[in-house]
Amino acid sequence: MREREPKLLLFHAPLLRQATTTPKAMRDVIYALLPATGAAVWFFGLGAILVLSASILGAVAAEWLFGSRAAGAAGCLRGRSLLDGSGLLTGLLLGLTLPPGLPLWMAFLGGFVGITLGKLIWGGLGQNLFNPALLGRAFLLATFPIAMTTWVPAAAGTGLTDLYPGSLALPFMQSGIDGVTAATPLGLMKFEQEATPLAALAFGNTGGSLGETSGLLLLLGGLYLWLRRDLDWRIPVGILLTVASFSFCLGLFDAGRFPAPLFSVFSGGLLLGAIYMATDPVTSPVTPKGAWVFGVGVGLLVMLIRVFGGLPEGVMYAILLMNAATPLIDRYTQPRVFGYGVGSE
Amino acid sequence: MKKNASYEEFVKGIWRDNPVFAQVLGMCPMLAVTNSAVNAIAMGMATMFVLVGSSFLVSTFRRVIPKQVRISCFIIVIATFVTIADYTLLALVPRVHKELGAFIPLIVANCLILGRQEAFASRYPTKLAVMDALGMACGFLVALFSLGAVREILGDGALFGIRLFGESFEPWVIMILPPGGFLTLGLILLFFNWFTQKKNDFLADVAGSEGRGG
Amino acid sequence: MTTGGRNQRAPGSLRLVATLAVAGLISGVAIIGIYESTLPTITANKARELRAAVFEVLPGVSRMQALVYRDGGLVAVPEPGEDEAVVYGGYDERSAFVGYAMPGAGPGFQDTIALLYGYRPDERLVVGMEILESRETPGLGDKIYKDAEFVAEFGALSVEPEIVAVRKGTGTAPNEVDAITGATISANAVVRIINETHAAWAGRLPPPGGEPAFVEPGPEGGTGR
Repeated sequence: MREREPKLLLFHAPLLRQATTTPKAMRDVIYALLPATGAAVWFFGLGAILVLSASILGAVAAEWLFGSRAAGAAGCLRGRSLLDGSGLLTGLLLGLTLPPGLPLWMAFLGGFVGITLGKLIWGGLGQNLFNPALLGRAFLLATFPIAMTTWVPAAAGTGLTDLYPGSLALPFMQSGIDGVTAATPLGLMKFEQEATPLAALAFGNTGGSLGETSGLLLLLGGLYLWLRRDLDWRIPVGILLTVASFSFCLGLFDAGRFPAPLFSVFSGGLLLGAIYMATDPVTSPVTPKGAWVFGVGVGLLVMLIRVFGGLPEGVMYAILLMNAATPLIDRYTQPRVFGYGVGSE
Repeated sequence: MKKNASYEEFVKGIWRDNPVFAQVLGMCPMLAVTNSAVNAIAMGMATMFVLVGSSFLVSTFRRVIPKQVRISCFIIVIATFVTIADYTLLALVPRVHKELGAFIPLIVANCLILGRQEAFASRYPTKLAVMDALGMACGFLVALFSLGAVREILGDGALFGIRLFGESFEPWVIMILPPGGFLTLGLILLFFNWFTQKKNDFLADVAGSEGRGG
Repeated sequence: MTTGGRNQRAPGSLRLVATLAVAGLISGVAIIGIYESTLPTITANKARELRAAVFEVLPGVSRMQALVYRDGGLVAVPEPGEDEAVVYGGYDERSAFVGYAMPGAGPGFQDTIALLYGYRPDERLVVGMEILESRETPGLGDKIYKDAEFVAEFGALSVEPEIVAVRKGTGTAPNEVDAITGATISANAVVRIINETHAAWAGRLPPPGGEPAFVEPGPEGGTGR
């Protein structure tokens, strides 16, 4: 049954149209990720495209299957929540945190779990406590620890025809084939005390997750988001400054043992996490002061995990932990309402 | 009618009032020892032994035990049965005992058992109390087993140690670890509630249409 | 339905104490009964497990006895005290000394790892290793006992100067162990436990050839438990 077209359109205040909508913000983030995605394809070839597609497909499938239920509104069409693009973005972000040679069914599962357990089970978009993409990744890392930490070496212009043999493993089966593996810059630093040259880190010619290789392109996307006002600049700035100064302080004690500030900032998933995941408006504080607390907290946790923990990389856990603290941060950093002074309570 | 009453007490624990799915009791062993089907069944049997034994004793002596010290008496009875179960398992199946470890003594603290003594066994005749205990224990066993089976199949690719998917199965490590217990339990509870809701909707529908028809 | 017809008037304290005392008494008797009746089986199980482990880590051994360090030397004791450090001497059929089975324990990735390893002092070699207790991550850390290749690494391992774990596929020297990919911490823990145990006992073991002789068990005693 079609709605009849109204003869007269009546508006009530506010008459100023709000330009920013959820689909638009999501589209902006996706555009901002395109350069880094392109770099992933350039360095890892067809494998990158397949892994990214699989994780996006998983996320979208979950959204389509359960999305209308979670939306709760009666008569809501199945797949309606797909239209805001948030499922697509979650899938893309998750895909960018995955190793290039990951079996495709795992990437699909990660997207599926990220959306169901990370978003829909909480009540849908805007209700979730944790970043869905990172939750999907945390699930994958805990479930398939070996596959999730097997990295293939980056090779610029691999060509679109090359395929990692492990990618096409049957669902629920191991890849079985041991391909050529490489260590990530952080892994090299932690276990072999070997620093990767900064230029390689900035341009992305290193082993690692699909989206964490090219630092400069990630920064470029962040700049775009900041210009479009889609991003609370305090969070990434807080994270990056904390990480840099923490590692500068460590360098004062023993420069050889601890990573240099720029290495810390450009290596691993820090830029990807700081710019695109920690700034997720749903799971980060809304108050300006809270954003600073959140950023500094993530930065500290990242460095603590990297330097003193058992794992080489800690961006994911750092952001997830601070996600959990977000409601508390928001509560304690509420700005005072104008006119309510001391003692008015 | 008498027979029906005890049958009713038995059956309610398995599905409608299932101690785990409906009452959400006994979560500690539920999450801790269900990483394989064998462990789940061993824990279920041990709990069944303790629950049925204690219910029998408590119900038999319910008129003798003064109200003021009833909880202490329940605990003494339960702890005795738990100790017996502990030593018996250690002697007969040391391998299983090693896997279950500290969780056998912890059956004492399973709120399901003390709850049944307080809510049922201390108020009803012995026969009903034993049937109720059996039903609840079976329900607990079913819940433990379903969780253990799901976790072992996904986490190890096997059921009762028999490999189901061949050697190249990629195990879901998380399923054997504690988070897998929480995830699986949450999903099973989701399914249980969804099913119950569907059933109630259906019954309401049927009742509604019958009401209109008549 | 009948409800338990409880006595409505308040019972005296004596009655309460008496009820609890009787319940406690019955419970105590039941527990002692089950303890006494299962104790022989439990002890036998433990002894059998220990023997199996010792024979596993010391190939060619068919007899064993417990050895403790007392007054500057190793002595064979049938029943070592609870707080004494024990190693097990393994002997072949003619009661000739073969090697020691040394228990060691230390922190792993998740929890304490307890293991037993076989050591031949004449060749200064570790000849076998078995994990007795561990709660390492299933699928990763548990490879320290599930991965036959890793366990086999301890089949002939030199303790000079000490055992080192190296990345998989690079172990060449007789004192090098291939670690497990993805479970480096657990594999290193095993190596560290053996090194530490070896260092702790190095000063107490007699020079090769001076090991305590096998003591034939008495008529009613087991073979050194």
